[in-house]
Amino acid sequence: MADRTEEIEIRLLLEALFQRYHFDFRGYAMASLKRRLKRARQHLGFATISAMQDQLLHDTAMLPKLVGYLTVQVSEMFRDPVYFRTIRERVVPHLRTYPSLKVWIAGCSSGEELYSFVILFREEGLEDRTLFYATDVNQDALTKAETGIYDLDRIKLFTENHRQSGGRSSLSDYYTAAYSRASFSKSLRQRVVFSDHSLVTDASFGEMHLISCRNVLIYFDRALQNRAVGLFKDSLARRAFLGIGAKESLRFTEHTGAFREFARDERIYQKWSGS
Amino acid sequence: MNGPAPEAIVIGASAGAFEALSSLLPGLAADYPLPILIVVHLPPYKSSLLTQLFRTRCAIQVREAEDKEPIKPGVAYFAPPDYHLLVEDDRRLSLSGDEPVLFSRPSIDVLFESAADAYRGGLIGLVLTGANSDGAQGLKAVVEAGGAAIVQSPDSAYATAMPEAALRACPEARILPLDEIALYLREVGAR
Repeated sequence: MADRTEEIEIRLLLEALFQRYHFDFRGYAMASLKRRLKRARQHLGFATISAMQDQLLHDTAMLPKLVGYLTVQVSEMFRDPVYFRTIRERVVPHLRTYPSLKVWIAGCSSGEELYSFVILFREEGLEDRTLFYATDVNQDALTKAETGIYDLDRIKLFTENHRQSGGRSSLSDYYTAAYSRASFSKSLRQRVVFSDHSLVTDASFGEMHLISCRNVLIYFDRALQNRAVGLFKDSLARRAFLGIGAKESLRFTEHTGAFREFARDERIYQKWSGS
Repeated sequence: MNGPAPEAIVIGASAGAFEALSSLLPGLAADYPLPILIVVHLPPYKSSLLTQLFRTRCAIQVREAEDKEPIKPGVAYFAPPDYHLLVEDDRRLSLSGDEPVLFSRPSIDVLFESAADAYRGGLIGLVLTGANSDGAQGLKAVVEAGGAAIVQSPDSAYATAMPEAALRACPEARILPLDEIALYLREVGAR
């Protein structure tokens, strides 16, 4: 029977990461985290997790590498088009009633979801009155998001998703293609604030009208899910909206009573109680 | 049967999965004492259909797994399309959007390895018909953790590659045709 050595090593490494660099992954769901750490260990060529921890403590260059492995996220523009279609058809009419809007894309990773929202808001004539906050813990991903350059071979999927989401324009209006890359227009970033923010350790901010945080909560354990959803609750204005991933749910968190299901299948919630 | 009492069953299947599962799941009684976690490779638009179809044909409950859902006996959980399904140590389900493993998401290896970590010797791993090698490493992990491994006999399988790969990685696995696997599952539940 295999022993539990590696599990001990993992817990020690997470503790080291927190004490040395204040990156707190201790509340991440262990099963996925374990896979990611084993992959990092193999790719970075360490014999054991402990050896990787030793390097992490003494060489700051290890930090971004490891954080990259721990937070890697692959997304698409207009992923799950029906989600964006529902935002467009059912949430936007509510948002139109406000003179100014704040939208938070939490865990924006390399920016695909952010650009989807900015394009949708432009198409619906809301961009000019909106401030978008795009946050992530992974600085490299955030830099990528700010750059807005994606492989050209992903654009076909993005374009099809955009069309299915009820897009009123052509996605090609927003990027220029050069060599094998698509570079998204700077104008899409005019109303965006990029910021390094952790759902684990940082506080709530703003009176948001819409928060979209998709496929981030699944990586958290229940305590951390409770914290993050509590943070969203505190950051939302009355009757404001929270969208999460297609297979995520508020059902197993302690804040489920503070929200009502606005669009059940699309996992869009509306803040219903509390101020 | 020796070893620790079984606590959960994991099943992986690919090409031919529907027919194979049809000879296993409908035979289980509503009060079946173990949870069953299942990964099937299917194009996303077909996967939710799978849950619906088995729901109408089975006495046990059949659901698509939800993130952080507590695992309950007598329920068959299917991995949702385009997500990995994992088991946490506190016996809850987790989903992940991490990259595909062997071109598959959900991946049988990912489910089996995490379930082996959580259930140790209390796990039964079952690899059925399929045309790729997913599940082989996972089944090995089940055995290494002290669990039981069963592979559908290749000559009774619609596609042989997956059971053959599982047997190469895990020569100690029991090889059974589908009808005997069905019997085995019922016996394990009657223990």
